[in-house]
Amino acid sequence: MRILEGEGVTKCFGGLAAVSNVDFHVDGGEIVGLIGPNGAGKTTLFNLISAALAPKPGVIRFKGKNITGLKPHQICRMGVARTFQSVKIFANIPVFENVRLGSLFGTSPGMSSADATREATELLEFVGLSAVRATPARDLTLANQKRLEVARALATKPELLMLDELMAGLNPTEVAQAIELVTRIRDKGVTVFMVEHVMKAIMSVCNRIMVLHHGEKIAEGKPQEIATNRTVVEVYLGE
Amino acid sequence: MNLVTILDIGIGGLLMGGIYALIAMGLSLQYGVARVLNVAHGEFIMLGAFGTWALYTTFGISPLISLVIVGPLIFILGFLLHRTLFRSLLKSSPSLDAFEGSSLLATFGLLYIIQNLAIVIWTSSPRGYSYLATPVDLWGAVFAANRLATLGFAVAIGLAFYLFLVRTRMGKAIRAAAQDPATAGLMGVNINQVLALCFGFGALLAGLAGVLYSMCFSIQATMGLGYTIIAIIVVVLGGLGSIPGSFIGGLVLGIIGETVKHFEPSLYLAAYYFIFIVLLMVRPKGIMGK
Amino acid sequence: MQQFFIIIGILSLVYSGWFIEWLLAKERKSILITSGISLLVLALLATLPLYASGYTPILITNLTMYIILSVSWTLFSGPTGYMSLATAAFFGVGIYTAAFLGETLPLPVFILAGGVISFIVALLVGALTLRLRGIYFAIFTFVLVMLIAHLLMFWELHVTGTRGRFVVVIDYNTIYYAMFAIFVVLMLTAYFIKRSKYGLALQSIGQYEEAAAHMGINVTLVKVTFFAVSAFFAGATGATIATRWTYIDPGIAFNPLLSFLPVLMAIFGGMGQLYGPVIGAVIFAYLQEELITRFSELYMLIFGIILVIAILYMPNGLVGLIQKWRKASSGEQHADT
Repeated sequence: MRILEGEGVTKCFGGLAAVSNVDFHVDGGEIVGLIGPNGAGKTTLFNLISAALAPKPGVIRFKGKNITGLKPHQICRMGVARTFQSVKIFANIPVFENVRLGSLFGTSPGMSSADATREATELLEFVGLSAVRATPARDLTLANQKRLEVARALATKPELLMLDELMAGLNPTEVAQAIELVTRIRDKGVTVFMVEHVMKAIMSVCNRIMVLHHGEKIAEGKPQEIATNRTVVEVYLGE
Repeated sequence: MNLVTILDIGIGGLLMGGIYALIAMGLSLQYGVARVLNVAHGEFIMLGAFGTWALYTTFGISPLISLVIVGPLIFILGFLLHRTLFRSLLKSSPSLDAFEGSSLLATFGLLYIIQNLAIVIWTSSPRGYSYLATPVDLWGAVFAANRLATLGFAVAIGLAFYLFLVRTRMGKAIRAAAQDPATAGLMGVNINQVLALCFGFGALLAGLAGVLYSMCFSIQATMGLGYTIIAIIVVVLGGLGSIPGSFIGGLVLGIIGETVKHFEPSLYLAAYYFIFIVLLMVRPKGIMGK
Repeated sequence: MQQFFIIIGILSLVYSGWFIEWLLAKERKSILITSGISLLVLALLATLPLYASGYTPILITNLTMYIILSVSWTLFSGPTGYMSLATAAFFGVGIYTAAFLGETLPLPVFILAGGVISFIVALLVGALTLRLRGIYFAIFTFVLVMLIAHLLMFWELHVTGTRGRFVVVIDYNTIYYAMFAIFVVLMLTAYFIKRSKYGLALQSIGQYEEAAAHMGINVTLVKVTFFAVSAFFAGATGATIATRWTYIDPGIAFNPLLSFLPVLMAIFGGMGQLYGPVIGAVIFAYLQEELITRFSELYMLIFGIILVIAILYMPNGLVGLIQKWRKASSGEQHADT
C-alpha cells in the first residue's frame, strides 16, 4: 500500500531549483533510504513533505489524501513525524516532558495526562533513555539528543517516520545502535523514510534507496542495484 | 486642484517625507544590520533637536553648522551604546530571536533613560527658535526658507548615504554584513566594528533629522515616541531591512500624510496606522522587502 | 500599625505566588503546614480592609494591580519569548470600558467587559501578527498603545465632540475586593495553564517553534489564544482601577509606562517562577509609590537603568540569582555530575 507518494515535486529558491520534478513513493512497512551528495535537495524534500515548505509545483499524497499545502501540525496529526538534521529538541525541558509533548499533541490529542506520561515512559525505554528521564534535554550527549528526537517523534504515534541524517556525528558504536533502533521501529509497524550519508547504515537496513543529485532523482532501486549503479558511483566519486 | 495646491502638497509632503526617510533609514540600518529594533530611536531625534536648540539659543550657532557638530556627537553615542550594551547582549543571547527580543526591551529601557534625562535637564515644555523663517515663493506656493533648506538637506543626506553604501568599501562591508554576517566575517569584514558603526550611523541619521526638524517646528522632550512609531511604519512600508525601501517609503508616506492633512488635518496619523495594518495583513514584506 | 499591615499584605501576596509554584511542583512534604498558612493568608488578604483602614488597602490595591499586570504578561511572553509591549493598550481599553459602561452597569459586569473586550482586541492583534516573525509582533504591540489612543482621540473629536470622560466612582474598599478577586482568578488560571499540556506547548514554542509545530501543536492558535488570555487580565485590571481616577482621556488612559513597568518587574523578578514577577511588582510598585510625587522623572530614569542592567546581568531575574547563590553555597557539599 502506497503510504506516501509525490508527483513532480519542485521547489525553487531564487533562481535555483533545490528539488526538481521529483516523483517518489514509499510503501507501508518499508524502510526507504534517500541519499545524494551534499546540496542534493534531500532535506528540502523532507521539508516539503512535512510542510515546513510548500512545493511549487508538485503534489504530495499521504495515504491517498493530498497533503500539499497543509500546515506542519496538520500533517503531524495525520500520521507523519520527523526528526531534524540539526537536532531541535526543547533544551530547557526535561527529557520525558519532551516526549510527553508528542503524546499530548500528536495523532491522538485527546490523551489524558497520566496516559501520556505512561506512553512517554515506554518510549524512553524503547530508545534507551530511561536513565536520564529527568535531565534537562540540553545536558544530553549528541547521540542521546538524537534518540530523544526519535522518541519525541514516535510519541506522536505516526505511521510514517522521516529521519533526517540520524547517524550524522555518531561514532561507529552509536551508528550500530541507531541501525538497530531503526529496525525495531519498522518492526513496531512504523514505515521509515530516511536521509543518510552513512552508506553502511543505508545499505544494511533499507529495502529500497532513492538517489538525488542537484535536486533531481537519478536512480532508485534495491541497495545492491544502487551500489553498482554507474551514475551513482560517478556522482559520488566526482564530488 | 490647482498647481499651487499640488505644489503645496508635493513639496510639503517631500519635506516631511525627507525627515521620515532619514529616520526610517536610520532605524533600518540598526535593525537590518545590527538586528536591534531601537524603540528609543525617536529619542536620538529629540537629542539632535535639543542639541541644536541649545547651541543656537546659547551660542548663536546656526543649525546648519550644528549638523556637523551635533551629528557626530550622536553618532559617537550610538556607536558606544552598541559597543557596550548591545555587543554584551549579543554575546549572552542563545539565539538571534532571543537577541532581537532582549535588545528591543533594552532599548525600551533606554527610551525611559534618555527621555527622562531630557525632561530633567530641559523640562517638558515646548521649545523653539526662529531660523531662516523668510517666506519663499515657488510658482505661487509659499514656503518658509527653513523648510526648503530642510528638504534640500534631507534629500542630500539621503543621497550621500546611499552613495556611501554603494560606492565605498565600508558601505559594501555594511551591505555584506546585512546580507550574511557569518560569511562577511569570513571575508575579512570586522563584523563587530561594522555592527557598532551601523548602529552609530542609524543614530546619526536620527540626530541629523532632529537638527533639521528643529529648524522648522517646535520641539519637546517627549517628542520622540511619535517619530519612533512613524519610523517603524515607514520601515515596514519600505520593507524590513531594506535601506532604499525606507528612503522611498519615507517620501511616499510624507506625501500621503500631506495629502490627508490637506483634507482633514487630524486624520493623518489614522491614515498612517491604516496603511500599517493593511501592510501587515496583505504584504508584510513591504515595497522592497526580501 | 499601618506599616505592620502593609508588610502582612505584601508577604501574603508574595506567598500566593510561591504557593502556586508549590502546587505545581507536586511536592507533598508539609502539606498540613502549607495548607494552614495558605488558608490564613487567604483570610488575611480577603479581609484586609476590615482591619487595616485608610491608606493600606489603597497601597495593597496598587501592588496587586501591578502583580496582575506583570504575572499576566509573564504567562505569555515568558515561555514563548514573544515580547508584548501592548499591556498599556489593553489596560487602556479596560479603562475606557469602565468609562463607557460604568454608569449603567454594575462593577463586576463592566470589569468582565473590560477583560472580554481586551481579549477580543488581542485576538485580532494576534491573528494579524503572530503568524509572522516575532519582530512584527513586538513592533505592532509597541505601536498599538498609541494607535488605540489616537483612534479614541479622533473618535472623541469627531463623533462625540467631547474631550475625555468621567468614570463612575467606586469606594476604595470595593475596588480592593475587586482587584483581589482578579488576582485570585489570575493565580488559578496560571496554575491550570502551567499544569496543562498548553503550558508545555507554550514553552516548546519558545524554544523551537518549528519543532513544536511538527509535534502537532497548532502554533498560531496557541499563541493567539494565550496572548488574548493575558490581555484579558490587563483589561479587567484597567476597568477596575479606572473607578479611582474619576476623569480620563486617551492621554491618561494609554500610558506606555504601563507596558514598561510589567516588563521591568517580570524581568527583574525572574520569569521562570510565578513568584518572580510578584516580587518584581511589589518592589517597583512600592518604589514608584514612594518616589512618584517628588522625583517623578528621576524614578523613571532609574527604572530604565535598572531594566537595562537586569537584561544584561540578570537573565533569570532576582529569583534566578538567589537560586544560583543557594546552589553555589550548597554545591560545595556534593559533586556536580
